[in-house]
Amino acid sequence: MQLTPDEKKMLRGGQGAAVKEALELQIEVGRFFGAKRLVPISNAHMMGDIEVMGDSGKAFLQRMSESGAHCAVPTTTNARCIDFEYVEKLKQDPDEAAKERQLIAYLRKMDVITADTCINYQTLYQPHLGERVAWGDTGTVIYANSVFGARSNFEAGPAALAAGITGRVAEYGFQLDAHRNGTVLVNVKADLDDLADWGALGKLVGEAHQNYFAVPVFTGIKRRPTADQLKHLGASLASYGSMGMFHMIGVTPEAPTIKAAFGGGKPAAAMTITSRDIARVYAGYSAKNNPLNLVVFSGPQQSLFEMKNLARLLAGKKIKPRNQLFVTTSNGVKSAARALGYLASIEAAGGIVLEGVCFYILQNIGQMRVENGWSNLVTNSAKLANIIGAHKFNTILRRTDDCVHIALTGEDR
Amino acid sequence: MRERGRAPVIKLKRAFGAVVEGEALVSREGFSPRYDLDRWTGLISRPGHALEGHNLKDKVLITPSAKGGIAAGWAFYDIKHKGIAPKAFVFGVTNPVMVQGAVFAGITITEGWARDPYAWIRTGDMVRVDPVRKTLELIKSRYAPKLSKDTKC
Repeated sequence: MQLTPDEKKMLRGGQGAAVKEALELQIEVGRFFGAKRLVPISNAHMMGDIEVMGDSGKAFLQRMSESGAHCAVPTTTNARCIDFEYVEKLKQDPDEAAKERQLIAYLRKMDVITADTCINYQTLYQPHLGERVAWGDTGTVIYANSVFGARSNFEAGPAALAAGITGRVAEYGFQLDAHRNGTVLVNVKADLDDLADWGALGKLVGEAHQNYFAVPVFTGIKRRPTADQLKHLGASLASYGSMGMFHMIGVTPEAPTIKAAFGGGKPAAAMTITSRDIARVYAGYSAKNNPLNLVVFSGPQQSLFEMKNLARLLAGKKIKPRNQLFVTTSNGVKSAARALGYLASIEAAGGIVLEGVCFYILQNIGQMRVENGWSNLVTNSAKLANIIGAHKFNTILRRTDDCVHIALTGEDR
Repeated sequence: MRERGRAPVIKLKRAFGAVVEGEALVSREGFSPRYDLDRWTGLISRPGHALEGHNLKDKVLITPSAKGGIAAGWAFYDIKHKGIAPKAFVFGVTNPVMVQGAVFAGITITEGWARDPYAWIRTGDMVRVDPVRKTLELIKSRYAPKLSKDTKC
């Protein structure tokens, strides 16, 4: 790999041990993918909480922070596993909560901005066309690449932190033009109204082409999608298909035409999605004769617009006794929702709004499921419906107003 | 189905890490350290996974694809420090998170193969992964020394 004089100096330890270690990690990863050089980034976003990293990861962060590591570019954190206000109520482990506080202190010492959100692209930072960033989780990456035309690979927690510290990434994958061309043409003949419809579309396409380097190109979209709709589509594609990028003709910046989206090449595959296909996705979920007592709006965190809609659907109503409704969002959105009265509406109906977390990585989620007698989890997030299966939930994807109806009545209409 | 004759040295496309020898754990299903693995015991724990009940510790995992998201990056480091990591991950296709995680944890990882390893290597066979030469080699079959044609992977 070609290194600049500055990078060679970093590698010799000229900017400290932490920078050297971070750069060594990046160079090894770059070598694996055949990267020829490192390129500067403007922003990093990292996943780092006690649930994902465990004690060994925390010890690593402690060592890095004590060795004087310092972020060279603005670096923010993804959703974490604990909302400190709710540790007791959710019966989370106080020892793990204490570790989470320590871990946050290590990150802050390195000048990491612990914003704890997986919707940084809606609330914190919107990179422009061609801007290079180093982001994780997957939903943030696919949004950056697709909707903004910025450039990022999936960056694991340690990799995003390394990028934040060195201000660089190795140039491979979606950092290169060659990997940004479409590979699969998707003709959309479905009406896509609710956020869950967009997630269902992502599920169908992602499952059919599971490959990080598969880039679907959507055409035929009838109505220009909102940011939240694109968010649910992207999160779902990334979750089911491990995909990091999509194009949408006339919508996303690198896809003014089909020809441009495929970079002059031909699609390797094509598929058509109809309203019947979307309906089939919903029909594929079953309550299996267990109660519908848990409804979750999370994964990704809710935007202010989603909070407003939930507040409207729940206004003046009460969740069925012994049912539970959870919402996760960022600190910023929750604060705004409080000021605007949305929070009061959701909480008055019996909903619990957590900040800075995502439901599926909540510390102690497995035990919580058992203690609460949860079997089914109803959600409008196709991503959540996919990933929380690891904690042995039976998941059911439904449209947003159907989810609220289930929370209020326990009935799937 | 296993092919007749001497097992080849399978060329790999990309590789990182130390040369390792270990017992193969062969899956036709993709792998995620978050979705499929009990990160306290090393057991593949997801109900219905092709390797359910097998332990990853000290094995050479041969799997067609990577599943899962960003959190996998910390998970490899976690299992390495708990002493339950495999010796190597041999992926058909993978994603950057797996590579970043394996490099960070110092676990050998490879991607891509020039010919189908499923025709030659079964769970329990001893194999060698050489990231410098970018090869995967069958050292010793746990079955008959002469490779038979009719056994399943």
